[in-house]
Amino acid sequence: MSEQATASILELAAITKTYQVKQGMFAAAKPLHALGGVSLRINRKDVVGLVGESGCGKSTLAKILLGLEAPTTGKVLVDGAEIGPRERRLLARRIQPIFQDPYSSLNPRKSIEDIIALPLVVHNVGDHASRMQAVTKMLDLVGLPARVRRGYPSQLSGGQRQRVAIARALIMKPEIVICDEPTSALDVSVQSQILNLLGDLRQELGLTYLFISHNLAVVEHLATRVAVMYLGQIVEEAPAAELFAGPRHPYTQALLDSVLTPDPALSVPDTHLGAAYPNPISPPSGCRFHPRCAQARAACKTTPPPHVVGAGGHVDCHLYGAATN
Amino acid sequence: MSDPILSVHDLTIDIPMGQGTMHAVRGIGFDLKRGETLCIVGESGSGKSLTSLAIMGLLPKNLKRAASRLEFARIDLQHQKPRQMRDLRGNRMAMIFQEPMTSLNPAYTIGDQLEEAYLLHNKTGRAEARARAVALLGKVGITAAESRLSQYPHQLSGGLRQRVMIAMALMCAPELIIADEPTTALDVTIQAQILRLLADLQREMNMAMILVTHDLGVVARIADKVAVMYAGEVVEQGTAQEIFRHPRHPYTRGLLRCIPVPGKTKPGEHLGSIPGIVPSLIGRMEGCAFRTRCDVAEAACASAVPERHTETGHAWRCIHENEGHENEGRVPA
Repeated sequence: MSEQATASILELAAITKTYQVKQGMFAAAKPLHALGGVSLRINRKDVVGLVGESGCGKSTLAKILLGLEAPTTGKVLVDGAEIGPRERRLLARRIQPIFQDPYSSLNPRKSIEDIIALPLVVHNVGDHASRMQAVTKMLDLVGLPARVRRGYPSQLSGGQRQRVAIARALIMKPEIVICDEPTSALDVSVQSQILNLLGDLRQELGLTYLFISHNLAVVEHLATRVAVMYLGQIVEEAPAAELFAGPRHPYTQALLDSVLTPDPALSVPDTHLGAAYPNPISPPSGCRFHPRCAQARAACKTTPPPHVVGAGGHVDCHLYGAATN
Repeated sequence: MSDPILSVHDLTIDIPMGQGTMHAVRGIGFDLKRGETLCIVGESGSGKSLTSLAIMGLLPKNLKRAASRLEFARIDLQHQKPRQMRDLRGNRMAMIFQEPMTSLNPAYTIGDQLEEAYLLHNKTGRAEARARAVALLGKVGITAAESRLSQYPHQLSGGLRQRVMIAMALMCAPELIIADEPTTALDVTIQAQILRLLADLQREMNMAMILVTHDLGVVARIADKVAVMYAGEVVEQGTAQEIFRHPRHPYTRGLLRCIPVPGKTKPGEHLGSIPGIVPSLIGRMEGCAFRTRCDVAEAACASAVPERHTETGHAWRCIHENEGHENEGRVPA
């Protein structure tokens, strides 16, 4: 464990993020706890899959990591050093994003080479000639033909656009790439190409990924570790192989049950997640998952679940509290 | 009742464009019986959504639809007046669209929108329509249905909105339901619930269903029959078993190799891919449209491609017989 601790490149320590939300013109603003104490450690060269339903705080977490939002409380540590609000620019050099929709994340009025070179311009790196050289290298790296550089996003296919987005993310030579649903807007055959590319780039450049996705088959394919979020909290975190072989939290189990593998012998599974996703403004008491949990007990309704640390990860659930203590 | 409820033969859809005519759908056909589910699977631009719009008679006016046969419950859809089509649509055949946020009217309550079609097609009062709306909202798993009727779409979550869309499609107990990517915008947990719901309701009401999707996982779990579309053609058609266990067309095989399958693909290893891009559908097309991306293409692929059949009705368009069970290693047995 101590070896792991030294290798951790990025650490989130008890991050909370609260938004003030107004419901109605004259209503007083209510706090919405988008993140309720998230701690996560990402080791160098890991691919951490972050999964959970929409509204669970995945994207808020990504925004905080990218310096686009400041956490309400808690710390972000890079290589063990705390990143304050003033070092955000520094953070941006080391952490770069790839977004979901390559149709809206590229400026349609800029040429491809301008789009890819923009981070260099923003961070004032090199002169025009060196930037253009870097673009050439990047195009080659992500498998785009050199001729597209003077083209515009509208002339490219979805897969090519996502390659442009990847090139733009990598031109700053970041160590960490936040991939927010990088393939969900793409066709199946293109998705596999992008996933292969992301895998190759990680090997080649020694990148660390935070891979946010709701496609669990893709997460299982790419991730080395997986963190499962529910209502602003990480309810389970474990090495990918372990988590997929033996999910412990009932929510993780339900998520894995809902994966539709292409097997015509099976029908659509019943996830037993009866009730709808709760309103984050008034989260349920005790364990936040208890209204939807098939295994909920009396204690789950009143007491927040214990943080049970296992061999390679942790699970926050009453079911495992007694067993390990 | 073995008569097909829907019969589509040689359907073509042409889109006039500045540079020529785009042949978006090129001679596709299928039959669908009551209680059957057909999944149309294909990538963007393959013509799957246009096909469903063509059946519903909802194509934009500048698009040209032609078919040797386009029948719903023995009604020739090609020679129906707009008024007659309106009587069918939302009544005997209904559609569920992908984006519930854009297909629900934000200015009307859920109740208004649910009741609208029912009042339009049935000579009944508002009370009866309301009762049916409440019953159906309950059926699609919405709690406190009564109070939902006065809510507006923005007050509901994505999953709830999609359930409302399904309830709306079911208001007049249609015989055919066409769902175009009904779960793509939803979370996996909600997706499973919605698909289960659709499958259950379809069985219960003995509806025929066409599900348009690009998600092979969904197809495998819900389809009786599968039609794989590529560049405006159905390149392979068969039962879910046939398509997933013994795919014959190189495109179908390629697609199945592209998706990671837990327990079958090794984590981190390269996934299969289909190189190249979909050809332009503008102008005259000859031969197999997939030949530029196909790894078993030959010179003969540039001329007419035969449609091959097995005795069970598994059909594919390829110059090759494509025997063998190449895909067996990849799909869990």
